[in-house]
Amino acid sequence: MDVLKPQIGDWWHALLQGAGLSSGWIVFLDALVITLILLGLGLTSVLFAVWLERKLAARVQDRLGPNRVGPYGLVQTVADALKLLTKEDITPDNAERLSYNLAPGLAVFAVLMLLLVIPFGPGLIGADINVGVLYLVAMGSVGIMAILMAGWSSNNKYALLGGFRAVAQLLSYEIPMILAMSVPVLFAGTMSMEKLVEQQAHGRWFGVVMPAAFFLYFLAALAENERTPFDLLEADSEIVAGYHIEYSGMKFAWFFLAFFLNTLILSAIATTLFLGGWRGPFVEQVPALGIFYFLAKSFVLVFAFMWIRATFPRLRIDQMMAFAWKVMVPTGLVLVLVAAVFVKLPVAPLVRDVLLFLVNVFILLVVAGLVGRHLRLQIKRLSEGAAVVS
Amino acid sequence: MILKVVFLLVSLFTVGSALMVVTHKNLFSSALFLVASFFGVAALYVLLEAEFLAVAQVLIYVGAIATLIIFAIMLTRGMMSGRTSPRNDQAAWAGLASVVLGLVLLYVVVFRVQWPVVEKPVPPDTIEQLGRALVGRYVVPFEVASVLLLAALVGAVLIAREKEV
Amino acid sequence: MLNTYAVIGLYALVALTFPFIVLLFARLVRPSKPNPLKNSTYECGMETIGDTWVQFRAQYYLFALVFVVFDVEVVFLYPWAVAYGKLGLFALVEMALFIGLLAVALVYAWRKGILEWQ
Repeated sequence: MDVLKPQIGDWWHALLQGAGLSSGWIVFLDALVITLILLGLGLTSVLFAVWLERKLAARVQDRLGPNRVGPYGLVQTVADALKLLTKEDITPDNAERLSYNLAPGLAVFAVLMLLLVIPFGPGLIGADINVGVLYLVAMGSVGIMAILMAGWSSNNKYALLGGFRAVAQLLSYEIPMILAMSVPVLFAGTMSMEKLVEQQAHGRWFGVVMPAAFFLYFLAALAENERTPFDLLEADSEIVAGYHIEYSGMKFAWFFLAFFLNTLILSAIATTLFLGGWRGPFVEQVPALGIFYFLAKSFVLVFAFMWIRATFPRLRIDQMMAFAWKVMVPTGLVLVLVAAVFVKLPVAPLVRDVLLFLVNVFILLVVAGLVGRHLRLQIKRLSEGAAVVS
Repeated sequence: MILKVVFLLVSLFTVGSALMVVTHKNLFSSALFLVASFFGVAALYVLLEAEFLAVAQVLIYVGAIATLIIFAIMLTRGMMSGRTSPRNDQAAWAGLASVVLGLVLLYVVVFRVQWPVVEKPVPPDTIEQLGRALVGRYVVPFEVASVLLLAALVGAVLIAREKEV
Repeated sequence: MLNTYAVIGLYALVALTFPFIVLLFARLVRPSKPNPLKNSTYECGMETIGDTWVQFRAQYYLFALVFVVFDVEVVFLYPWAVAYGKLGLFALVEMALFIGLLAVALVYAWRKGILEWQ
């Protein structure tokens, strides 16, 4: 199969060798080019995503949204970024300066590092590490550290409370996320992001075979991204803005950027793990199509993220924690076991996939039914006045 | 050559942060330096081409253990606000004890352990081999470890709940 | 393989320094007129009362504890999942046992009310 990177790479290497460079320099320049491409791609796509979210939320709320700067307000985010860059940056007197200044950069670093292992097209991946999937989760813990540092060092009660809420939430939803992500790994027998896409040939997307695992990942991603309905860690009406309350100017911009880049990357990961990545019709003949398919699938998910944010109300902290541990973790454990059993089932692959799909739908229905029953019981108890409002 | 420089830098970073952990006055900052030190260790694993270990190190030590330590600092009375001094009247004895212990450990590690030195590249399927080993050769330690974790959870829950009541 | 590490290393270096370089640049172009009121802790205009870094509830610790147990065990799932396709039925049995133990931990925490956020 034709792969893009080697093709371009050969041409590029021939060019460099023609210029008479040693192999060490070529390795360095390779790395530099990949780095610049990834960073440029990440930062520009964030500008677009912010615009998209504002436009979308506006439409949901029957407003126009940004429409002054550039066509359809497309350059609005650039203007905002410039404004934030030139804004005064206030450091509270009581803050612990070192942690306070390090936290925003660390938050951006944690998210930027994720870009490295995302296959944007056939062969187009920054670095195909063979522990790719776990690497993604591990970088998430770096983000958690950034939040802890920001929340603690601001020396502000809201920031501290928001920070610790955030960490409790991120930790809780990390487990179902890891469980959901282990299902594609189980099917493909690899953790390399590139090979995971290769394994999803002929429309056998893992998200189609295991819709429940995909759904579990999607919900966990919503929570990991601190999005509605899981955005209570920055609940404006309760703790003002959460861990980044004291941040202003460019430091705030970094948290903002990390948030939006995380949305994009979580969608890209979902696309890679569950929706076949860059796979699609005719991609074998025209590899460049892969980039288009990848972006299209990712942005459908980004759209869903934003739509949910514009529509849903917020959960309460006890509901949020209970949902992670009492609904998602057990479901995740069951799903891993089900996937493992079916992989070993001695039937034709197609039969197995159909069976798996049906079992998944059944599990989803059962879980939804149980949650629904619990909620109805709670509402009934509340309306009877038996429950004491605490 | 470059690898050696990188190794030296990473080692310096790791040891330096470890020193900051024990000398810093603020306990929370100490915890953050501990995280930095964990990262240094992860980077050392990467230099050894042990990617799984590196990722597990970040995931478990930075993501889980460090957070647990920070939460523990938070819920201990008076730990968050006051600047606890790392020194007390037993500092000299403790220093002596740790230096002696450190030297003994170093001696054993350097001179008494037969390190298997094999000059060959790391196989590409290390993770698969690890998986095989976990359910094959090391299955009993593996399951015992999970029972141990369960026991740790039960014990901690019992202690923590007693405090609450 | 060394190529990949070169990419990761350089990328990590740039990704780590880039945010701070921009912050330094912002320092040059932005105004800086601090005053005591501006630099005070933001609390919706109210004076802050008491210390920020107070003692937190043990609840957070218990959740973190359950998380540590799960995190450590879930990491073990991955090598198993990678090798699973090439292993026999015993791999399934052993992992079922393992996941069963995890489920026991979860049920225990649940029954003890650890998962209840009060």
